[in-house]
Amino acid sequence: MSEKNMNVLPEKRHMGLKASRTLANTSIYILLIVISVIWLIPFVCILLQSFRVESTYQVGYVMPQQWGLDNYRNLFQTDFPRWYLNTFITALVTAVLQTVIVLCMSYTLSRFRFKMRKPLMRFMLILGMFPGMLSMIILYRVLSDLGLTQQNAVPGLILVYIASSGMGYYVSKGFFDTIPKSLDEAARVDGATRFQVLKKIILPLSKPIVIYTILTAFMGPWGDYVFARYISFGTSAGMNVAVGLYNWLNKDQIASRYTMFCAGGVLVAVPVAVLFMCLQKYYVEGVTGGAVKG
Amino acid sequence: MTNDANETRQGGAGSRILAVVGILLLGCLIYLLVGGIFSGIGVPLWVSGIVAAVFFLPLAAGCVTCWDKLYAVYRSGNEKETLRLSKWEKTIYSLMKIVLGIPTFFKNLGLAIGRAFKSAGLAIAREAKDIVSTFIHGDWKTKVSYLVMGFGCLARGQILRGVLFLLFEAVFIGYMILTGWYWLSMLPSLGLQGPTKEYNYVLDVEVTAYHDNSFKILLYGVLTIFFIIAFIYTWRQNVKQNQIAEKILASGKKLRSGKEDLRSLVDDQFHKTLLALPLTGILIFTVLPIVFMILVAFTNYDGTHNGYTNNLFTWVGLDNFNTMLSWTAGSGGNTQSYAATFGEVLSWTLIWAFFATFTNYFLGMFVAMAINKKGIKFKKGWRTILVLTIAIPQFISLLYVSKMFARNGLINQFLIGMGWIQEALPFWEDPTWARITVILLNIWIGIPYLMLITTGILMNIPADLYESARIDGANAWQQYQKITLPYMLFVTGPYLLTSFTGNMNNFNVIYLLTGGAPTNPAASSAAGTVGYTDLLITWLFKITTGAESQYYLASVVGILVFVVVALISLVVYNVLPSIKNEEDFQ
Repeated sequence: MSEKNMNVLPEKRHMGLKASRTLANTSIYILLIVISVIWLIPFVCILLQSFRVESTYQVGYVMPQQWGLDNYRNLFQTDFPRWYLNTFITALVTAVLQTVIVLCMSYTLSRFRFKMRKPLMRFMLILGMFPGMLSMIILYRVLSDLGLTQQNAVPGLILVYIASSGMGYYVSKGFFDTIPKSLDEAARVDGATRFQVLKKIILPLSKPIVIYTILTAFMGPWGDYVFARYISFGTSAGMNVAVGLYNWLNKDQIASRYTMFCAGGVLVAVPVAVLFMCLQKYYVEGVTGGAVKG
Repeated sequence: MTNDANETRQGGAGSRILAVVGILLLGCLIYLLVGGIFSGIGVPLWVSGIVAAVFFLPLAAGCVTCWDKLYAVYRSGNEKETLRLSKWEKTIYSLMKIVLGIPTFFKNLGLAIGRAFKSAGLAIAREAKDIVSTFIHGDWKTKVSYLVMGFGCLARGQILRGVLFLLFEAVFIGYMILTGWYWLSMLPSLGLQGPTKEYNYVLDVEVTAYHDNSFKILLYGVLTIFFIIAFIYTWRQNVKQNQIAEKILASGKKLRSGKEDLRSLVDDQFHKTLLALPLTGILIFTVLPIVFMILVAFTNYDGTHNGYTNNLFTWVGLDNFNTMLSWTAGSGGNTQSYAATFGEVLSWTLIWAFFATFTNYFLGMFVAMAINKKGIKFKKGWRTILVLTIAIPQFISLLYVSKMFARNGLINQFLIGMGWIQEALPFWEDPTWARITVILLNIWIGIPYLMLITTGILMNIPADLYESARIDGANAWQQYQKITLPYMLFVTGPYLLTSFTGNMNNFNVIYLLTGGAPTNPAASSAAGTVGYTDLLITWLFKITTGAESQYYLASVVGILVFVVVALISLVVYNVLPSIKNEEDFQ
């Protein structure tokens, strides 16, 4: 009797477990589907509405009654191509220069032990607590004295982005901290200079973090509104996509520009999103590392 | 033994006072939090008072009844004693530790500041002594170097260093004579003469002549002070170089040549090369503007006093802080005082940061765990869908979603079309609706980040922990509570803090979604338009871009933002570890 029970019980428990697991998994699937739908709706809507021809304002349905590329064609009659080019150039130059600066900074703070290291890091932590926006007031006036605002906003904007990018060293410093120091020391013993250590040993190992830094630096300018708005200061030729498209949703423009905003949004989002998706692996590594290191 | 008991009794009297203070503080905190949320959604103040009391009274009663026991544990400093406490007592104990930690924290802070001043004073004294003794004991080359920088280096054959020192001195003296002196001398007044109308006899018209420029005086004044500090530092280095060189020569060794100096810049001095560019950028584009803007808070720089083309601006002392922190209402009838407006915006900023951080944190963790669960397929696919909100620039998604929820937006029109509602839902028109919608939409933006972060960390939790928990018969909730959550909190504690302060300054989400709307009419006349969803940071932006461009007010707000963020960070950094260690211990 007891032996029989012994045989049955685990079996029964197993069955119960299995059933409850299927139930749990099914509910999780339902939940994930609901979440996915919520997450996708806005993007599907914006894509569909960018093809709508019959009206240019907000309507209560999603599927266009008349499909067409009118909105995309109209974009080229506006300043949109200029904004796009502005943003693209800014993003490209920023990606290169910012990566160099951030890597210099984080590598130094991770690898070298010099007297001012700790005070420097603490100082930058405190600096970071000031709202960066505040400095725009003065930077705008200085840059406008140098002639780097309004229609010449692109170089000015690049300068602003890269100049203080050294403050964002945390994530890559965390990465460099994980590369064993014994590698450096071995090379130093063999007579390599510090520069050679960086070039021949550290950089080849740092591909993930380099890509992460380039990716975030490249994506930053596409979404920046505040600095771009200050520096372009109402001059259409100097705007980036964010500032330009934001203005299209003003009360007096939205009725005629709404679907064009959608089309512009799609044109901006697709290349950036594709790039991001391709390099997603590196982004995840960087973000996770950064959060754990603090 | 008796001694011990005595001490406990003596400590008991003091501790009661502390307990009362602590409980009162806690009560205020709860009232502020509950009142803040409730008044935000339009519930009268007395109701939030009652709700706060419901939360507060049992807590206070609990504190009073078991205070002595808990305080004894606290005083003993033996963390193992906490194991004997009940769950309820443990909660109160950790609260008590935070409250009791605050005075100690401020005491330590004061001590640290005092120590910093003392050590700075000692360092200056040491440097001065060193400078004098180097002068007295040095040879004539060293002595000349005190006036002509780099002379010692040149005379001892270190040409490169000598030339650089000398060049720096020449540039400095030249700059000070040519312009530096003017900026410095004008700094106390920020300019004497504004623009004047002058009659031009040749052209027979009135022309405006521009004179002093307050903006430039302040800017270059600060730069000149930076330059002087740099000069003093370099001069000190110059003296030190002489001292070192004398010592090296006395011991019979050779000095470094210029070539070796250059080589060391890619070797043992490589960090200087690497840091030169980033630090220069930070100095000019971050430190200088911040110093400038802090100073602006003490002037009357605004749209009508722009310092050059209309009126000069000048120092006004602490007037702006007085304005911002005074409770007297403005002149325009029912205009609210600045302090009241600031308080409202600050409390919403804190509430927002709290909800934005923790809703994202827990929901993100939940989604990550759901996707990570064994037996769920298409893990990568689910993640990719969520990650879309990161991949697509925020201004597109946020602006679009903001319009979706507008009065005539997609959602309202759809709901009306389906006949589910008669009138458009006031997503952005009603303060409460707007606040809740913003928090909900922020979840849409924020979950993917948290999902990515937590996925990585969840995978690091040793699987055998769960294994043994399951053998002990722990269910899923218990496993989460005892293993996952403590581990996550321990690892992501610092991240939670940065994300809290980051959310306080989350300009993009608020500005692109609501632009601060709906407008708060009572607060608005105080300083431009202020809305119910405005954070301090968007308010600051509106002040600077508003019609009056009250830059001085924006600086005051900026400084206050800094103070709030710094205080929160300091307190959390110093108080949190005790809780964290405890959790680690459990």
